[in-house]
Parts: sequence; structure tokens; C-alpha cells
Amino acid sequence: MSVKQSIYLKKEVLIRIIRAFFSGDFLKNIRLIPFDMRPRGMEVSYRCCIYKERAVLRERIIAGLGFAIEDDDEAEDLSDYAKKALSRVKPSAKPLTIAATACKGCVKNRVYVTDICQGCVARMCGQVCKFGAVNFINGKSVIDAAKCKNCKMCVAVCPYKAIAQTIVPCEEACPVDAIKKNEAGFAQIDYERCILCGKCIAGCPFGAVHEKSWLIDVLKHFNSGLTEKDGVANGKNIIALIAPSIAGQFPGNIYQLKSAIIQTGFSDVYEVACGADITIKNEAVEFDERMEKGAPFMTTSCCAGYKQFAGKHLPEIAKFMSHTQTPLYYIAQKVKEAHPDAITVFISPCAAKKIEAFYNANVDYVINYEELGALFIAKNIEILNCKETKYDVESSKQGRNFAVSSGVAAAVASLAKTPIKPYIINGLNRETINSLKKAAKEQKIDGNLVEVMCCENGCIGGNAAICAPKVAQKAIKALVEISQDIKDDTGSGI
Amino acid sequence: MKTIEVKICLGTSCYIMGSSYLQELADIMPSKFSGRVNIIGHNCLGQCMSQGEKSNPPYVQIDDEILDGATIEKVLEYIEKKL
Ligand code: FES
Repeated sequence: MSVKQSIYLKKEVLIRIIRAFFSGDFLKNIRLIPFDMRPRGMEVSYRCCIYKERAVLRERIIAGLGFAIEDDDEAEDLSDYAKKALSRVKPSAKPLTIAATACKGCVKNRVYVTDICQGCVARMCGQVCKFGAVNFINGKSVIDAAKCKNCKMCVAVCPYKAIAQTIVPCEEACPVDAIKKNEAGFAQIDYERCILCGKCIAGCPFGAVHEKSWLIDVLKHFNSGLTEKDGVANGKNIIALIAPSIAGQFPGNIYQLKSAIIQTGFSDVYEVACGADITIKNEAVEFDERMEKGAPFMTTSCCAGYKQFAGKHLPEIAKFMSHTQTPLYYIAQKVKEAHPDAITVFISPCAAKKIEAFYNANVDYVINYEELGALFIAKNIEILNCKETKYDVESSKQGRNFAVSSGVAAAVASLAKTPIKPYIINGLNRETINSLKKAAKEQKIDGNLVEVMCCENGCIGGNAAICAPKVAQKAIKALVEISQDIKDDTGSGI
Repeated sequence: MKTIEVKICLGTSCYIMGSSYLQELADIMPSKFSGRVNIIGHNCLGQCMSQGEKSNPPYVQIDDEILDGATIEKVLEYIEKKL
């Protein structure tokens, strides 16, 4: 697996946005990015012409500045967007946006007969179609798109495998049918259904689905040369809260990473794994209580995507879901208690955490690994050359292992008194969703602690991950090995 | 027998722009190359800075040649050619 070009491009755009921000003339330089990236005379890499490429880049920049591309009227100058971003008070609660110019590239999901069709006598395709969508013209079958409902029965029965289906990768990737191409051929997100798992971001080969970045909201608190007049508040205490999945996402270890993050302009860094230590303790107690009361099982509750899923698609599971708060909740609370004036920024592997942050007053902003990575590059920070800086409070083995599938269950098991039989949901997909639905309905499942992680492999498989899960697993394992077991006094002193 | 040295740049810019994935190379090396390719991770090869605007990470150094925009496929192809 190599990094996808579409993702590469997104990162390139982010780096340019950050460089423009710190350039001393943000408003002018932001406008020039599409022209700098696709100067006159340059060979066109992906699309029909340079103008189209610039148009797509412009849309990516709009998302990078934190706005919905869908609302763009094409006449608005990028520098106006930049101005608006600087004066924005709170980012949007709908974290995703789709670049129409990029999205147009793929066709709507449809079933069609290829010229492999032999015009056979059996005509199974016609027989199985319940919608009368298969016609026969010159002896060969043809599908009437107006009647076809994409049930794919004909695909399954054709003895020549002559019937093909084009798929729409974002629709395929979405586990809850929340993204669909509309009549005009543009994908749209239905926020009533969307659980913000970000699988469509990774799934779209055109890189059309973007997170609306909160980068500018964070950067405007950095010392940048911009002043209050530009809508920025300089000299604030800005604290980065790094998710447990961060080990392996960047070169070097998490101690070098702390120095690197501080070099970008943050004032301090805390491990969210410290918050995980509190989650583990509370969740173990809650688990024992529930088991004592005879509950058939309990599910974890730290995955923001799973919480969205439960709220929007499976309210019946709520009574089985632990009420313990997330690692981010606890660490943000502690940090705000200690530094009431500080701005807290969660450094996240996924889009779903944005919604958690949006409703938690202790978490001011969220940026993801790609965005932090772009910040390192834009600021020319060489992490491997950074010295190691210790954390004020070191997290436990168990807390640091939280981001790997089955890590949460193992952590709770290490403290709970009731013997744990874990049932691991390693990624929400159609199949695992069915097993959760069944568990809610029948009030039983093959285990007493159900760990649910929306992404395959756990948080290290989040949409903004920079490295392959295997590499992340290795790095986390190495960190866990040098960490201490969780104890009663772990985490005291934050 | 000739062996080839493949240095994967694990500097910040290369890592974030894709060399994190190149770390898999060692695991997927075709058996025909076994024992003939020496893969090592390396600090910033200096290309990201010296190439400035034109820089095209990730970089991989194969013996003394520099490969830009490196992907697993590109590196394997290069090794094939060299051996
Ligand atoms: S980071 Fe690879 S050349 Fe500098």
C-alpha cells in the first residue's frame, strides 16, 4: 500500500495554507495557491485542463479554511474566505464537505450489461428481475435504467458473468448509507444518518470528501505576525491533547513529538492516554456494578463514531452502553481545571471526534494527524532531531494501548473484578452492525464486555492516519512495553 | 553478488507525505531479491530542503541515486532494473 495521490494532494494544500498563514500576507498568498501549484504552462496531471485543476484546488482550499464547498458560489475570492476564517468564532458542527468538481468524476451506481452477453436462451436475467428492468434487444439483454433498482439479482444469475455493476466508492465505504449520489451526480451527505466515521474520506478515489479543517481556528491563536485587528488573539496558552493512537504516526517517539509540537507554537502537550487511565478505572467499576445487577453485557463508549451510530441508528443499545466518559473528556476537564484560560486542541485520528469536541466546552478545537503533519512540514520541523521532553504525567501501559482494537477491553479487564469475556467489534460495517442490532434485540451476545471501535484496527485505522496500521501497532507496542501498569494512583497530579 | 542499499527517508516531510507506507517494503520484498537488498530507514536525506518549492517527497536513496515521489511499486521497479 502506498499513500494515495488524492490524499497527498490534500496534504500539499494544507501545507500551502499554513505557509500562507505565516507568510506575513495571508490574504494575498492564500489566493495564489492554485496558481502556485498549477502555474501557467505546467503539464496537467489529473484533469482535462489547468483551469479545472485550479478549480478543484480552490475547493480544497475552501475546505482547508473550514468552509462548506457546497455553499461556494465560485465568485467569492479565497482571500475573503480567509478573512471569514480568521473572524470565525465557532467552527461548524457538520465536519464534512464534498468538492463537487472532483466528485463529478465518477458515475452513479448502476447495473449494466457488458458485451460479454451471449444472448443466451435461458434469459435468467430477465426472469429474476422483479422490476421488469431487463429488456431484450437484438437477442441481447439491456437494462432499463429508469426501472432498475440496483438489486443485482441479474448480476448473480448470469452464467457468463456478463452483467457488471459500477460502484460508487463512497457509498460502498459508508456503513450506514449516509452518502449518496444525487440526481445531478454529486455525492451528498445525509447528516441525519452520518456517524462521521470518515470512511468516505478514505474511500473516495478522487479525494472529493474533505474534513472542514479547524486549522485556522487554531493557528490564529499562535504568534503569527497577524494582530487583533485581523481577528486573532495572540499570546494565548494553547495546549495540545494528543490521542493515544498518535504513536507511529510521526517519525521519532512521543517524547520527541512533544518537543516538535511545542516548536510549532503550542505551549504544552498532554497525552489523552492519561484521560484513558481515568476512563479505565471508572469503566471497570461501572462494569462490575452492571454485572452484579445482572446485565447481560456492557458496551464501551469511547469511540465517537460508535456513539453517533448508537444515537442515530440503534437507540436500543443505549441502555447497554457504559456511561463512563471518554479519555478526551477527562483529560480536557483536568487541563481546563489547571489552566482555565488555555485553549485546548485535540489532535485526532478521525473526523468523528470533532462532534464530541463540538459539544464539550472543555475541548476548544480538533485538528487531525494530517493537519498536524502539514504544520510540521510548513514549519520545517525535523522531529528526529528534536530532543525528548518528558510529560508531566506519564500514562499507563493500558491507557497507551487504548487505540488498538481490543485494547480497551483488555484495559478494563485489568482492573475489573468480574471475569471479562470480551466481544470485539473491530470496525463498524454491515456485518458487525447486524451483530450489534441482534445483541440489542435479543439482549445477549457472546461476551459480557463489547468493545466497539468504528474503524478497523481501532483508532489507528482512523481516516486521518498517516501510516499503515501495522506500523502504528508496532510503535504502540514499543511504547506500551516501556510503560508502567495502571495503579490506583496512576494519573494523579494532572 | 552485488547488493543494493535502499535508504528510505524517514524525515518529517517524507514520512508524512508517504514514506510511512514504504516501511512495508522489507516485508513484501519478492524472494528473488532476498539477500540482495539492504533496506534501511534514514534521517532526512536533505532533499526536502534543497529542492525547495520543487520538492517531491517521499525520497528514497538507492545506492547513490535519489528517487523522488517514491512508491513501493516505483522502488521495486528500480531494484529490478538495477539487479
Ligand atoms: S525528509 Fe526526506 S528528504 Fe528531508
